[in-house]
Amino acid sequence: MHGVVDVKDHAAKSSETPSGPLLEVRDLTVEFATRRGTVTAVSEVNLTLAKGETLGIVGESGSGKSVTSYTVMRILDRAGRIAEGSITFSGMDVAHAPESAMRDLRGREMSMIFQNPRAALNPIRTVGAQIGDVLLQHVQADARTVKEKVIDILKQVRIARPEDRYHAYPFELSGGMCQRIVIALALACRPQLMIADEPTTGLDVTTQKAVMDLVTELTRERGMSTILITHDLGLAAAYCDTVMVMEKGKVVETAPAERIFRDPQHPYTRKLMRATPRPGITLRDLLPEEPAGSPAQNPPPQARTSAQAAGAPATKVLLQVENLVKEYPRQGAPSAFLSGLLGKKAPPEERIFRAVDDISFAVLKGESVGLVGESGCGKSTTSTMVMRLIDPTAGRISFAGEDISAVPAKDFAHHPMRRRIQMVFQDPTESLNPRYTAERAIADPLLRMGGMSGGAKLRARVAELAEMVGLPQNLLERFPHQLSGGQKARVGIARAIALDPDLVILDEPTAALDVSVQAVVLNLLEELKQRLGMSYLFVSHDLHVVGLLCDRVIVMRQGRIVEEGRSQQVLDAPRDAYTRELIAAIPHPPV
Amino acid sequence: MLKLIGSRLATAVPSLIGVVIVTFMLTRVLPGDTAAYFAGPAATAESIAEIRTKLGLDKPLPAQFVDYVSALAKGDLGSSLSTGQPVAAEISARLPASAELTLAGLILALAIAVPFGIMAAVKQGSWVDHACRLITTAGVSLPVFFTGLLLVYVFYFKLGWAPAPLGRLDVFFSAPETVTGFYLIDSLIARDFETFRAALAQLAVPAITLAIFALAPIARMTRASMLSVLSSEFVRTARAAGLTDTTVIITYAFRNAMLPVVTTLGMVFSFLLGANVLVEKVFAWPGIGSYAVEALITSDYAPVQGFVLAMAILYVVLNLLIDIAYGIIDPRARSEA
Amino acid sequence: MTLATADTHPRGLAATLAHARYVISDNPVTGIAFGMFLVLVVCALLGPFIVPYDPLASDTAAALQAPSAAHWFGTDNLGRDIFSRVIVATRLDMAIAVFSVALVFAAGGIAGIASGFFGGWTDRIIGRISDTIMAFPLFVLAMGIVAALGNTVTNIVIATAIINFPLYVRVARSEAAIRRQAGFVQAARLTGNSEWRILLTTILPNIMPIMMVQMSLTMGYAILNAAGLSFIGLGVRPPTPEWGIMVAEGAAYIVSGEWWIALFPGLALMFAVFCFNLLGDGLRDIVDPQRRT
Repeated sequence: MHGVVDVKDHAAKSSETPSGPLLEVRDLTVEFATRRGTVTAVSEVNLTLAKGETLGIVGESGSGKSVTSYTVMRILDRAGRIAEGSITFSGMDVAHAPESAMRDLRGREMSMIFQNPRAALNPIRTVGAQIGDVLLQHVQADARTVKEKVIDILKQVRIARPEDRYHAYPFELSGGMCQRIVIALALACRPQLMIADEPTTGLDVTTQKAVMDLVTELTRERGMSTILITHDLGLAAAYCDTVMVMEKGKVVETAPAERIFRDPQHPYTRKLMRATPRPGITLRDLLPEEPAGSPAQNPPPQARTSAQAAGAPATKVLLQVENLVKEYPRQGAPSAFLSGLLGKKAPPEERIFRAVDDISFAVLKGESVGLVGESGCGKSTTSTMVMRLIDPTAGRISFAGEDISAVPAKDFAHHPMRRRIQMVFQDPTESLNPRYTAERAIADPLLRMGGMSGGAKLRARVAELAEMVGLPQNLLERFPHQLSGGQKARVGIARAIALDPDLVILDEPTAALDVSVQAVVLNLLEELKQRLGMSYLFVSHDLHVVGLLCDRVIVMRQGRIVEEGRSQQVLDAPRDAYTRELIAAIPHPPV
Repeated sequence: MLKLIGSRLATAVPSLIGVVIVTFMLTRVLPGDTAAYFAGPAATAESIAEIRTKLGLDKPLPAQFVDYVSALAKGDLGSSLSTGQPVAAEISARLPASAELTLAGLILALAIAVPFGIMAAVKQGSWVDHACRLITTAGVSLPVFFTGLLLVYVFYFKLGWAPAPLGRLDVFFSAPETVTGFYLIDSLIARDFETFRAALAQLAVPAITLAIFALAPIARMTRASMLSVLSSEFVRTARAAGLTDTTVIITYAFRNAMLPVVTTLGMVFSFLLGANVLVEKVFAWPGIGSYAVEALITSDYAPVQGFVLAMAILYVVLNLLIDIAYGIIDPRARSEA
Repeated sequence: MTLATADTHPRGLAATLAHARYVISDNPVTGIAFGMFLVLVVCALLGPFIVPYDPLASDTAAALQAPSAAHWFGTDNLGRDIFSRVIVATRLDMAIAVFSVALVFAAGGIAGIASGFFGGWTDRIIGRISDTIMAFPLFVLAMGIVAALGNTVTNIVIATAIINFPLYVRVARSEAAIRRQAGFVQAARLTGNSEWRILLTTILPNIMPIMMVQMSLTMGYAILNAAGLSFIGLGVRPPTPEWGIMVAEGAAYIVSGEWWIALFPGLALMFAVFCFNLLGDGLRDIVDPQRRT
């Protein structure tokens, strides 16, 4: 109805743009003022983005990839400033433009989608109103047409029942749906550039694929340029034309996507590339070409894990899980007391949620078994039950021939089996007592159950364990906040193996780590298994990672096991449709 | 909405039951002779015995509790020893005076503290921010009775701007006809602007005293929650979408920042109702606080117990209103109901 | 992975002191608060020995004198030296606050930790008790308790502890609850620690810093509360010097312009409360291991 009239036309619309790059960044240096003086977050970054091009900025935490993109949008927080360099966006000098001009640009010409979509939306405003705010701000709609336009945009991002969802609050929508809303917000005014900052971190792989496919389709359709910021080389490879690798605030390499994987130039790129799990490789392949020759890496693990090497003879069953069930009262369901009071009873499926629904499996001695599935599939509940930290609703867990599910979880601390089942936790930071030094943390199980009471013997054992996990001795007296993520992970592993357990449950032990650290930790785990003859139950969402470390894989969905088999076979020839979908959804660099 | 109010009402019921039990315990179960305690310090052995029978204190405790609750249900809080007047009647007559003072103080505090806290957060590190931090730390350190006395000294003795700190209305005025019990409102209804001015003059200094007291926690919470909301991811999203500062601050940040502030109001009310007692004493304000203080001095305990119960019930009701207000702002709280 | 430097970290008391020095140099306000705290401690310990006059000795000839070289803070209606009374009162006001805070820390802190850590019935019962206390305006409840228990200083201490109980329960409960399923607590379970042992050796030390901050902040509130009660005639009785009652004694003279009688004890109150509030904020920085580098 209304022709869209741009009052302040700082940046010409795409049709009028002279040919040339949409975005050009030259020698960009960004500094942050901190309590300890000025810190350079990004230095001398150069990048060029053509119209319609998709650029991936890849780097591990602290590489400056997010800061670069925030600077382009000029939404750095107060402490940050552009120290040097220029940013030109469709002919406009972004570094020196007045704030009002930038505001006009943001949302209309360049927009951004963020990690953690739920937090990116105003929790107490309906999603429709939030999209409407952006349209109204940039005069893309008026009060009469705004609702219609918002619903149209919701349709474009494939939100089912858009008329109802217009009135929904973010907490009423799933994570994937929230991310669609954030995308809708970003695309509402048909900008020329979209920056996606880790848009799928925290989402399940299948959701990740759906979201990324949607973004690609919508941006391609509109001829938009995209910058995808990610720590995941696989994701960048699958969706970008050009990849730029950053390390410690500097660009180390920029190249077309297919070339950077075929022929990486910079050593850091090579290291990152190798560390990215992908089909058809072994654990050893994740490590840099020339091992540093540290004693912890000795002897190098075999090409394939032991049990897989030669159809390992079926040895003793260590862990047997039979018909395991865990039920929880459903959220929001009226309590038993209340419904009893009202004299009516809801059917069981409305009152009770089955997190784990009648599953059975076994873990052999010396075997590693992967438990894979997306969030909410019941894998963690299962492992926590096996760990005997919570009690099952029904079913039986036998360990070394003994029924351990009969002992209530709260009394299991004193059970003789306790020391034989140990665990490595997901978040290395959160799993270490902030008030214990690394040494004290590793010594804890030895003091409690190892029959040691301090002194030289304990010290020697802790030192030995540190040596085994490759933790330098001088770090032992540090507190967790003085250690890096990888070092904390090593402390957690040393603690778990301190008592020579038979079974170690690995609960996404590398999920919080950068890929290069993950590569090292996975190899360490494999090596320790060889050396100590333990069994692993590896809980993970990542089939590739599980495939690398495990002999067998169990795929779970909605509390049930959908597929079980040798890792190789499940990865190469999945029988179940869901497993196939899962494997197809994992982005990976070209092999 | 009705569902929300219903569920909040249901949570207020156990609080009320708790309040009734505690006030009962305060009078009957504690060590010491309750009859002697109700009879007052000057009582003889016979009068104590008489009171014991009269109050039913010779009965077993559960029976006493039943008596207590049924008396409460009839609105009977006992009678004052010194005046012989029923406590319930006295309290309901004096309640409007206290309510007018407390509300005036609260509204004044909110009107100053909320914009102040927001400005401090929006302009973090500016002089407004530093002033806000200084005032909030100093404000919570001020004994309210002391502030009141200082203000009396300055505004009454030194400057002569305020009338003598003696009650709600100068003796030369007569109280307006009671409609709401609030002199300010009643005098306006009666179109008696002279009385309105006089009542306002009397109210101003005690209300400012209360406001200074309540200002600090409200401003502190507003600033803190506004700061945290402003650095939240959804505000970043809104900025990245090019929304103006006004839209971001009002539509996105402010409403979210108000949620913890509304919750804090419960605590503020708790402080205010306590502070009210002290301010009433300083300004000879004829509210229920000074009634209780007078009774305390003469060891007349029925009014004190009645006062504690009345304040607790009032506070439970206020908390209920706060909960409902919270539910109106936050859709998540609504859906939990 | 960052390579470790071979530096050694000083441990124990020395490290804490070094950190305290760092925090104070970083934030001079905390240094000032420590200084104020020392003044309070000295007055509380040595007060009666250093004051120039007997705080109880009246001298009607010298009644209602404005501050002068002889009487720094002036004299009251009975001719008592206000400076001496303000200093001597420090001990009583501080004692009330210290005892009530210690009492509520022991009771409320442990109840709260147990409540947050064990959950279930423990949580429900303790929660119900604190909800019931919270259903009263706190100062009003303190009035009711002192009136019922009897008008003594001990009962002021008890009443102040009771009204602070829910605050301690809430802080300790939420801190314990967020750690209940934390990785390091789960890890402690796996290493064979019983639940009570975990509570005492793992949860409690991690919660102590926050409880310390809480204690410092409630010290200020306890002083205000006790002074308020004595202002309306509960607890401390004349002629005992106590800040609240001294302000009450001076209240009548404000309207006739004798400001000093109420002003100085009031300022002393403010000084003490302000000190503990500042200290609370400063303590948060010192005991927070995240900031210890």
